[in-house]
Amino acid sequence: MALSDKELKEIAYLARINVNEESLSSLKKELEDILDLFDELNEADTSEVEAMSHPLDLSQPTRKDEVTEENLREELLKNAPSVKSGLFLVPKVIDGEN
Amino acid sequence: MDLHKLSLNQQLEGLKKGEFTSTELTSHYISRITEFDEQINSFITVTEDMALSQAKAADERYKNKTNLPLDGLPIAHKDIFCTKGVLTTCGSKMLSNFEAPYSSTVYEKLDKEGMVMLGKTNMDEFAMGSSNETSYFGPVKNPWNTEYVPGGSSGGSASCVSAELAPIATATDTGGSIRQPASLCGLTGIKPTYGRVSRYGMIAFASSLDQAGVVARSAEDAALILEAMSGHDPKDSTSLKLDKPNLSKELKSSIKGMKIGLPKEFFEKEMPSYIEQSIEEAIEVYKSLGAEVVEVSLSNINLSLPIYYIIAPAECSANLSRYDGVRYGYRCENPIDIEDLFMRTREEGFGAEVKRRILIGTYALSAGYYDAYYLKAQKCRQLVANDFSEAFKSVDVILSPTTPGTSFKSGEKTSDPIEMYLQDIFTIPANLAGLPGLSIPCGEHQGLPLGMQLVGNSLEESKLLQFAYSYQSNTDWHKKMPNI
Repeated sequence: MALSDKELKEIAYLARINVNEESLSSLKKELEDILDLFDELNEADTSEVEAMSHPLDLSQPTRKDEVTEENLREELLKNAPSVKSGLFLVPKVIDGEN
Repeated sequence: MDLHKLSLNQQLEGLKKGEFTSTELTSHYISRITEFDEQINSFITVTEDMALSQAKAADERYKNKTNLPLDGLPIAHKDIFCTKGVLTTCGSKMLSNFEAPYSSTVYEKLDKEGMVMLGKTNMDEFAMGSSNETSYFGPVKNPWNTEYVPGGSSGGSASCVSAELAPIATATDTGGSIRQPASLCGLTGIKPTYGRVSRYGMIAFASSLDQAGVVARSAEDAALILEAMSGHDPKDSTSLKLDKPNLSKELKSSIKGMKIGLPKEFFEKEMPSYIEQSIEEAIEVYKSLGAEVVEVSLSNINLSLPIYYIIAPAECSANLSRYDGVRYGYRCENPIDIEDLFMRTREEGFGAEVKRRILIGTYALSAGYYDAYYLKAQKCRQLVANDFSEAFKSVDVILSPTTPGTSFKSGEKTSDPIEMYLQDIFTIPANLAGLPGLSIPCGEHQGLPLGMQLVGNSLEESKLLQFAYSYQSNTDWHKKMPNI
């Protein structure tokens, strides 16, 4: 399975992982080798098989609509890289004049 | 007295009788960690002060006769389990500064029974790896020979128990991460049925495959702690609504008349003669104990590796999207805009193997490829699960080697991801089908231990432990410990 540089860059963008130009070709080779592994599955006849999404036969459990979580706001904010007035700070996301 | 030579039940007995205190026991392990961990790098964090205060509280309870079921017994936790107020890194730069704001259910359950946490063990980054060489905190070494790897991803847990720096450790298993390191370090490791142990507060890798368990020195030790970790948890929607099993009580039941299945597809593979020989010897032991051995067929089992390397990366690419440098964890320096913040945080915060898997998963789930990869893999996963259901109609457990060989040298397989993935060829199928699996030591080759795997039907971890216990009652492989 051959990946083009363009495809790899697109996947990397979807995954929001920056990939530098120098590592592009070695990464491409590694991913291609892994994708080649998947060819084996084509031999399996799955025309009559339901997809198994989970090992358990699950039904969605429900509970009463009551507050059970403790308020951990301060503890949670302690782990944040940048905080101001109880809010997470990120670079400006909306274009335009200040 | 060599306190670390006592089994968990012997340690518990000693504490109850007042032969030694939990403070003495805990200090003994802490001093072993201080003395030996430099050689093997099995801990990321040693929680000495916390451990000693937990031990002191346990000793008070013994004095007042209000002691808890596992009071004062030390344990090490894989650094994938959130522990409130303690660094919880998952072996990653991304979480290298993360202090968990709450504790995992596994930690809470064992804490409520009085267990003392010695520290957090090293692991492959986000549990992705089979040699414990992908950790941001440096590789872990195998105590049997420090030029060799301990296996992974629970390499720190296996290494510290093998070196007797902790009497037992928690671990997790997505494709073999408990059983493979247990095999490579000469330990008993068990991954229970999917849903048996709560995943709440256990950092997610591939949610439909991840399951917690233990690495221990014997089936008896493993049964004691796995039982305490098990049970329904309303905080995990995939937790089974079942009471915890009576693993310790049922441990000593006879296996006479039970059937062992040998999957012919595994034994058709070319394997080193020392593995064949050890497995044959183990089979003879079981026969002498009255078990019957038959051949079974798992005709789709050879699809397991490709199925796993689609499903696990797909789930991981979704789970790891939360690490974006905004709310917690690592953030890159001076991002120019939000996009740059995401892209560089994830480039710098994740290691090579984690990035590879996120990219593979993203690709497998992307528009146009979903049916060919993810959906196809899920269908094939059902075929593997069907094979097991069919086999368990006629046998009680399925026996195979745990790994394709004994441990390998550090660096030997790091340049070829596929070569590393093949480490889990025997262990992955149980995760795909959600079945319990266990590895116990059954031999050695050139001074390195070797394990055999037993896979059981759904919810039959008790039977697996019976098989392990009866083998260990008649052999000495599990008693061999490395000289460090």
